[in-house]
Amino acid sequence: MTLECLQNYWWLIISVLGAILVFLLFVQGGQSMLFGLGNTEARRDFIVECMGSKWELTFTTLVTFGGAFFASFPLFYSTSFGGAYWLWIIILFSFVLQAVSYEYRRKKGNVYGTRTYDTFLFINGSVGCILLGVAVAMFFFGGEFTVNRDNILSGQAPVISQWASTHGFEAIFNWQNLVLGMAVLFLARMQACLYLLNRLGDRDEDFFNRIKASAFINGGIFVVAFLAFLSILFTTTGYDVVTEGGRTVSVSEAPYKYFFNMVSDWWELAVLLLGVVFVLYGLLRSVLARHFTKGIWFTGIGTMLAVLAIFWAAGYGDTAFLPSITDPMSSLTIRNASSTEFTLTAMFYASLFIPVVVAYIWYVWRQMDKK
Amino acid sequence: MENLTSVVDWSRLQFAITAIYHWLFVPLTLGLSVIVAIMESIYLKTKSDNWLRATKFWMTLFAINFAIGVATGLILEFEFGTNWSNYSWFVGDIFGAPLAIEGIFAFFMEATFGAVMFFGWNKVSPKFHLASTWLTAIGASISALWILVANAWMQYPVGMEFDPAQMRNVMVDFWALFSGIAVNKFFHAVFSGWALAGVFVIGVSCYMLWRNRNRDFALSSIKVGGWFGLIGLLLTMYTGDGSAVQVARHQPMKLAAMEGLYHGHKGQSLTGMAILNPNKEWDNAEDEYLFEVSIPYGLSILANHDMDSFVPGITDIVNGFSINAEGDTINTVSYAERIERGKLAQKALGEYDAARKAGDTAAMQLAEKELRANYPYFGYAYFKDVKEAIPPVGLTFTMFRIMVILGSYFLLFFVVALFLAYRVDFEKKGWKWFNIVAMVSVPFMWLCSEAGWAVAEVGRQPWTIQDLLPTIAAISDIPTTSVVVTFWMFAAVFTVLLVAEVSIMCRFIEKKSKEQLFN
Repeated sequence: MTLECLQNYWWLIISVLGAILVFLLFVQGGQSMLFGLGNTEARRDFIVECMGSKWELTFTTLVTFGGAFFASFPLFYSTSFGGAYWLWIIILFSFVLQAVSYEYRRKKGNVYGTRTYDTFLFINGSVGCILLGVAVAMFFFGGEFTVNRDNILSGQAPVISQWASTHGFEAIFNWQNLVLGMAVLFLARMQACLYLLNRLGDRDEDFFNRIKASAFINGGIFVVAFLAFLSILFTTTGYDVVTEGGRTVSVSEAPYKYFFNMVSDWWELAVLLLGVVFVLYGLLRSVLARHFTKGIWFTGIGTMLAVLAIFWAAGYGDTAFLPSITDPMSSLTIRNASSTEFTLTAMFYASLFIPVVVAYIWYVWRQMDKK
Repeated sequence: MENLTSVVDWSRLQFAITAIYHWLFVPLTLGLSVIVAIMESIYLKTKSDNWLRATKFWMTLFAINFAIGVATGLILEFEFGTNWSNYSWFVGDIFGAPLAIEGIFAFFMEATFGAVMFFGWNKVSPKFHLASTWLTAIGASISALWILVANAWMQYPVGMEFDPAQMRNVMVDFWALFSGIAVNKFFHAVFSGWALAGVFVIGVSCYMLWRNRNRDFALSSIKVGGWFGLIGLLLTMYTGDGSAVQVARHQPMKLAAMEGLYHGHKGQSLTGMAILNPNKEWDNAEDEYLFEVSIPYGLSILANHDMDSFVPGITDIVNGFSINAEGDTINTVSYAERIERGKLAQKALGEYDAARKAGDTAAMQLAEKELRANYPYFGYAYFKDVKEAIPPVGLTFTMFRIMVILGSYFLLFFVVALFLAYRVDFEKKGWKWFNIVAMVSVPFMWLCSEAGWAVAEVGRQPWTIQDLLPTIAAISDIPTTSVVVTFWMFAAVFTVLLVAEVSIMCRFIEKKSKEQLFN
């Protein structure tokens, strides 16, 4: 495979991991509803039990997403994580709180009480979702940074990627980024409701209807937020970037960049629309039918398709997947931020095992979810 | 960029505290996962409910520990990006791959089969459950393999070359990452986890014996934990010996710092106990030690397996003495010259870049030739003085002794524990003291294990990548205050969670010890 092919392939893998991660964020969505939806201790325990057997998959996908980004596009890893410091640190901090909470919340001697751990789960569920959405939104709305590889030769300031002094807070308080953050949060909450409906079955009619109502409200807010995000995205001016030998040669502003990306690569638009249809079908049928419990599969597939399309629009078509507002020439693309052909090839062979991993996860999931 | 040294120091502190906390949980995960799998195997073979209860008891402790290890591990991976962004770019082409592969091959295995192990007792068949327990243990070790391959590569960078066009290092040989150092480091770390888990199991079991509870369960656990720990410790010592030889050849400065040795000799003695002279510098005539008890020829044997061999000290190395890969003493490049040649390498890189921008191919070739000739010393250009390339001697020296002394103690500990478990009734008055010794010993095993890592990581300072990238050139462009805040943030939350973990474990052990675990 050529280097370009490998770069495209690895952006595809990143997109797939991103899509799976967003789907699995239903765990966080469930956590964010612990105190609202879980209005009794038993119901709260039910939510925790449902999400508790899946939290590690979300967590592991996040870690693998980070590792894959590091290996395939190290300049992104270096620039974004080291630059938008506070954004990433808060995300990580919230996931630290989550990691222990499921195991410790009901254990005797947990020192801080069940409610503290439930609060940890709530924080991770809400803050984690919003800020991961903000981080992905930066693929389109950019960051205030510069990249200068020559800095490695400077003894006084040898850092090649330099960010605005706000170090990620500017991204957190950017309203465009927050729109996607809110969309991700309410998508996760809606999916959590549909997953809970699936797990609850016909055990508690009153709780079933309560979850259904919550799915309707969260789904409605998600649809509004997602449409707002798409409106902003399709009218945003992006960058057309020309690279040669892994270096940026020229950058020009491109009005309606992401809209035209999807139109020119029609399959991106088709996948996005298919994803939207799946999500809407899963949501509406779950809400309108008297007792439909398989909505999570439709919205899950739809979510992954839509996220795939959004990632593709960010990375393919000579697009900057991390545009620099400060210095457009510093913008990152899959051409100038990637690892070498050798590394991407080595990683390509490793990635061939991903279907095996997905297969055993699927098998185990089915075994564990047997009623 | 604001005060560079402060950012570097706080970033190092933050990484250190994350790594220290992470390593509180990982070795127990590595060892206890195998012990649990062994016990479940015994259960499946004997169908004895005693072993089922034993498996579930240790598995619960494993689960309590596992969760917090996962949490600290997440932070470590991402700190390479958040705090060491230059490093992430400079060697990301090589270093990122093991981390990604770790995620694909190990983390999902641990997460998926761990869920079956913890929650699947009534949902899958007993054989499937046992397979999941073993796969969780294997997944933990595979995870350790990849991260230790990455760590070893930082200390012995191979399988790569510098690409001046991209101004970074690129991978040219993936399998070279599995160097002898990487393989040795992997086994050393994993076996030390086995030893630690063995001490933990014995300590907890002795608590029950001390309280006159669950005698049969405790003795059975001591036998499993004792043998497992003893084998682990012996293999740790064997691989530790291999590590010493590798360090002597590839990181002689680290070995010299471990010994506080400034002027080496043929037939060099090993310092057993000593008080370092705080006034000693590499270039003054002060004595190395204020007080010293040494073992004749010990260091020569340790470093080269040859009692007459020469082992260079810090001053020797700074002046240009070293040992090559074959173990022969050679006169190599002094540190002062390394700094000069590092500067030549960086100057040549600058010229190469200027020529590339100007499209001057001939100048590029000339600059590249100069760069390649001096690239092995690239990182030394960041130093103003040779003493910046010397690791903290006192800390490395002390940690090495703590590791060795405690390691030797635990060898005796395992032997005595096994002897008592097989031969002597623990309840007899004369031996009850061992229960207290065993309980008190548990935290010292952690100290021993952490000290080993401190030797490995403090001893290689100031390098993130040996000879190529010092910490001062590996950091992110972030304000010191931000790192100070996040350091305290993580220090606080890790401590809070550690307190909860220990408390939960103690409550669980106390509660279960009152139940009849073996009939």
